Amino acid sequence: MQPFIDRLIANGAFAGMPVEVVYALMMILFGVLVVFGFFLPIAGVTSWLERRVWARIQSRIGPNRVGPQGFLQWLADGIKLLLKEDIVPDAADRPLFLFAPYFVVWGIVATFVVIPFSSSLIIADMNVGILYLTAVTALVVVGVLMAGWASNNKWSLIGGIRSAAQIISYEIPASLALLPIVLLSGTLSTQGIIAAQGWAPWHWFAFHNPFTFIAAFMFYVAALAEGNRTPFDIPEAESELVAGFCTEYSGFRYLLFFMAEWGNLYVIGAVATLLFFGGWQVPAWTSNTVLLNISQFGVFFLKSYFWVFISMWVRATLPRVRVDQLMILCWKYLVPIGFMNLIGTAIWMVVWPQGNRVVQYGLVILTVAVLVQFSRRVRFHLRRARPELYYSPAI
Amino acid sequence: MAKNDIARYFKNIKDAVATIFEGMTVTCSHFVRKPYTIQYPDRVPVRIQDTLPFRYRGILEVDLEICTGCLACERACPIDCIVIDAPKDQKTKEMLLTRFDIDIAKCMYCGLCSEVCPTGSIHHTTEFEGADFSLESMIRRFVKAPVVAYKAKKEGETDPVVAPILERGMRYIQEFAEPADMKKLKAEQKSAAA
Repeated sequence: MQPFIDRLIANGAFAGMPVEVVYALMMILFGVLVVFGFFLPIAGVTSWLERRVWARIQSRIGPNRVGPQGFLQWLADGIKLLLKEDIVPDAADRPLFLFAPYFVVWGIVATFVVIPFSSSLIIADMNVGILYLTAVTALVVVGVLMAGWASNNKWSLIGGIRSAAQIISYEIPASLALLPIVLLSGTLSTQGIIAAQGWAPWHWFAFHNPFTFIAAFMFYVAALAEGNRTPFDIPEAESELVAGFCTEYSGFRYLLFFMAEWGNLYVIGAVATLLFFGGWQVPAWTSNTVLLNISQFGVFFLKSYFWVFISMWVRATLPRVRVDQLMILCWKYLVPIGFMNLIGTAIWMVVWPQGNRVVQYGLVILTVAVLVQFSRRVRFHLRRARPELYYSPAI
Repeated sequence: MAKNDIARYFKNIKDAVATIFEGMTVTCSHFVRKPYTIQYPDRVPVRIQDTLPFRYRGILEVDLEICTGCLACERACPIDCIVIDAPKDQKTKEMLLTRFDIDIAKCMYCGLCSEVCPTGSIHHTTEFEGADFSLESMIRRFVKAPVVAYKAKKEGETDPVVAPILERGMRYIQEFAEPADMKKLKAEQKSAAA
């Protein structure tokens, strides 16, 4: 966004105002725009879509009454929660209890600062973008721990502690998974990483070499765990902990926790996309900057929403892991594999500084082959079960 | 030992990937399956009540035309939700039904009353939407004005109004006491024994 503001200043749009004030004002303006124009609707729509997707997987229909196909369900739910009483338990640590949800939302919303929606649509292209991203998402754990502690409830406390253990553990594989990309692109800036990739799949970092290919999936798994998503949602495991750290919350504050969760889903998808799947890269099909940016935004949004969709699908498929299984997965499997990826990528860069074209094409072909096998298995299950088919997503 | 551990380590990874892949294919196939949900009550092609089987144990109903006033149902009811007053008319020596109340709020739909009924007068319907605003309104009062109790005729029923009701009642008893699938089962057992 900075070049845009610089141009405005150069054109004399803010004559007589100190440059710092203009920057601060514009930053707040864009921040508000992103939060209210993008984060809130995307979190809401995701909550609706998630329920619809689960419903189809479970042979149900899901919310379909509010608006066309139940699309406005999220608004109804949001308004309902806003109108509910905001209960603070007597024994709770009042200031901490009241402030904890804001921490969680803050941690998620702050990541939108460095998410590049298109080549010019980014609030701030920091040169430490990826570092900043991992740093601010760690704020979530502070909020969750605060919520768990301040609720003065055993379920909340266990949920908060579990969440802290989980998020801190999974920071390591997540960081290890994005380090190979930092090696390859030689920059921490999110725009720089996307600029180092191309529009075609074989230009993406996920298909650059076998190590980054594994790292892409590893990052996704670790990010899901960091976002407390099923199959790693032990901090709010309903069958064990009521609702974990948000047991005592109600009304607007409860809404904030879930807004953060669903907003975080999009962030996971966006970060995976920008690191491994080419970000907003499109072929240079037009010289019109506005049109180009719109198409880039569309491509980026679709790619990141694809990963959101996958996470819904995974949530409807896999059962919740146990605490010890969670830690085993992190420390015994993801961390060693992460180091292997890091060292492997470094060696790869020494052997093939320009990358190996054959391997890149090979990995893309491998992915296609896996997808083909996937569709064959799906057709096998359909043949065997002989269900009544219904292809339309609308019902 | 160490070699086994390493082998198991890689087997775990392989198993995880393979089983997650397979699980995802199963759930993916559900995307194109038709949902089973019945959107009760407003988006159903036919009323749910009409799709229920004949023997469905819904809210009780009494056909006063064929009630003999034998009080068998009242005696059979384990929670006394049926109350019947059947005094004898001193002049005509006929049994009068002056009260036949069933408290649906108490009823537990066990079906014992309809099993003992000799004419199938008291029977379950497929109606199940019984919600109301007070407990008092849950009591179904079937006798509006005193009626003469039904008496079985030796030559069979000839009254065109009563005959179909009685026929339905008898069919209900038959189905209820010995359902069709039970008959089939017995026949099979018999043929198997023979």
